[in-house]
Amino acid sequence: MRLFINKLFLVFSTITALIGLFFLAWILYTLCSKGIAGISVDVFTKDLIDGGLRNVIVGQLMMSGVATVIGIPVGILAGIYLQEYGQNSKTTEFMRDLSDVMMSAPSIVVGTFVYAIVVVPTGHTSGWAGVLALFILMVPIIVRTTDDMLNLVPVELREAGMAIGASKYHVTMNIVVRYAKAGILTGILLAFARVVGETAPLIYTSGSSQFWSTDLTGTFPSLTVSIYNLATMPDDKMVQLGWTGAFLLTSMVLFINLIGRYASNKKRR
Amino acid sequence: MESIFKKLAQFSASLVFFILAATAIVLYLSAKPAIEEFGVHFLFESRWGVEEKVEPSAIEQSKQELVTGSIDDEDFITDDEDFVMDDEDFVMDDEDFVTDDDTEGNSNKSKVIYGALVPIVGTIFSTLIAMLFSIPIAMGIAVFLSEIAPGSLAKPVGVAIELLASIPSIIYGMWGLFYFGPFIASIFGGNTVSLLVAGLVLGIMVIPFMAALSRDAISTVPDLLKESAYAMGATKLEVIKDVVFPYAKSGIIGSIILSFGRALGETMAVAFVIGGVYQFAGKVTDPTNSIPVVLANSFAESSGLSLSVLFYLALILFAMSFIVIAVAKFYFLRRK
Repeated sequence: MRLFINKLFLVFSTITALIGLFFLAWILYTLCSKGIAGISVDVFTKDLIDGGLRNVIVGQLMMSGVATVIGIPVGILAGIYLQEYGQNSKTTEFMRDLSDVMMSAPSIVVGTFVYAIVVVPTGHTSGWAGVLALFILMVPIIVRTTDDMLNLVPVELREAGMAIGASKYHVTMNIVVRYAKAGILTGILLAFARVVGETAPLIYTSGSSQFWSTDLTGTFPSLTVSIYNLATMPDDKMVQLGWTGAFLLTSMVLFINLIGRYASNKKRR
Repeated sequence: MESIFKKLAQFSASLVFFILAATAIVLYLSAKPAIEEFGVHFLFESRWGVEEKVEPSAIEQSKQELVTGSIDDEDFITDDEDFVMDDEDFVMDDEDFVTDDDTEGNSNKSKVIYGALVPIVGTIFSTLIAMLFSIPIAMGIAVFLSEIAPGSLAKPVGVAIELLASIPSIIYGMWGLFYFGPFIASIFGGNTVSLLVAGLVLGIMVIPFMAALSRDAISTVPDLLKESAYAMGATKLEVIKDVVFPYAKSGIIGSIILSFGRALGETMAVAFVIGGVYQFAGKVTDPTNSIPVVLANSFAESSGLSLSVLFYLALILFAMSFIVIAVAKFYFLRRK
């Protein structure tokens, strides 16, 4: 009887796992079959207004890229502070928790915040507002990974640096950060992958434009917001374009994730 | 150099705290007009954007009603001709309200009532459905990966699950709208956009996240403990039930709460499939609304009081998710 119940349980557990995997496979299958069908040269060479996705893809990458460039120094420095200067005090611990809380804050709330401080005063949506929203989402992730990665650096390395008379700054930058470089890089890649797929905070901060633009002070083209708009349109052609965009977005995110995973695996060996 | 560097690092670290505090403060300030206007009643009021209008001549007639205690202490009196709008002409209606709002007090006394009860209830119920659906499946996957599947299978499936957790939520929403919604409607009847579909799509979205976190928690259980139990003649079920789960309990509960928080604040997966109507879902297959969706859909066409109301909603959502996440962090996932 015990053995029978055990069998039953194992079968049940495997079935639930299969159900879950079935749905996830279904999503991927739809995405690929729908998305690949719409891929053509036009998608990459024309702007949204002419039925392509060139401007929105570039726009999305540009906003995420700028957010990353600003986010990297801030996030890494904050991580360094928590690990190297914080001395594990109560305040440091508190800041760490706050950063974690921020990491899981609803992204739409970040959007409303940016809307209130940027879009309302300036009176229109802009690329910079989108960048700020993505930046806010990104920093806590980089802080967390930097913090974790620096934590893995053996304390003997720091002591050795100190012993030859190097200043704390030198030890941190030239020994500790260098040791943890691969891990931090992976963290940055994953953070980038995360914000590149964000839609909710961009809907009313960057808006989305149908035209080619590299001017961050104006309404900016965004791939994710465009997908949202396209998918709810009555025109089948537009919906198809939305699927193509969704497919490209997902491939991009998965690809970056794979690179990050590969990089961190290589380091461990 | 040394001190500059330290200052810079310190500044960056406080920036995180500063942004969090600024978010709360800015949201509160932006929501203030709405908070003053509606107070706590906002949370329990189920009407949204419904106009309360008073004809000047009607004031005397209905003054007694006012005395017998209606919500508002101003000169406006509830008119029976409130109209409930439906989703199709919602946008147009809202614009009308805004203009009404601006000219308020000039000729036609009117007041627009906003209440958050529908989106709050919608948010909570869709999240609960998501949890009911995803917890057993995610636990099944976690147990399957860590205890049942052979290593050669567990590794690739585990990696796949982690990759799936990184798929942008808008993809889940789109799939829900075009494929899953009709599928559910064909089984349970009702609309292709509904509370049930929203909850299930949310559930599917958090499954990989929850499964990956729970598997990590389960894999911290020392082999020695499990082997001791097996040596005593325990079956796999008994080992999992009596050794693995109790040991990894706080990690698993933490992963559930984190997923709960994620589902609570999720916008895009829900926006496509919940319907966006300001009414309670009488049945689970009826469309309703949730806080993030209201925020995503109504920001562009709002101004003045109707905008402030949205900030009030955002503040409520922020507080809800803050509490959920804080509970998870401080009680279950304490780092060492």
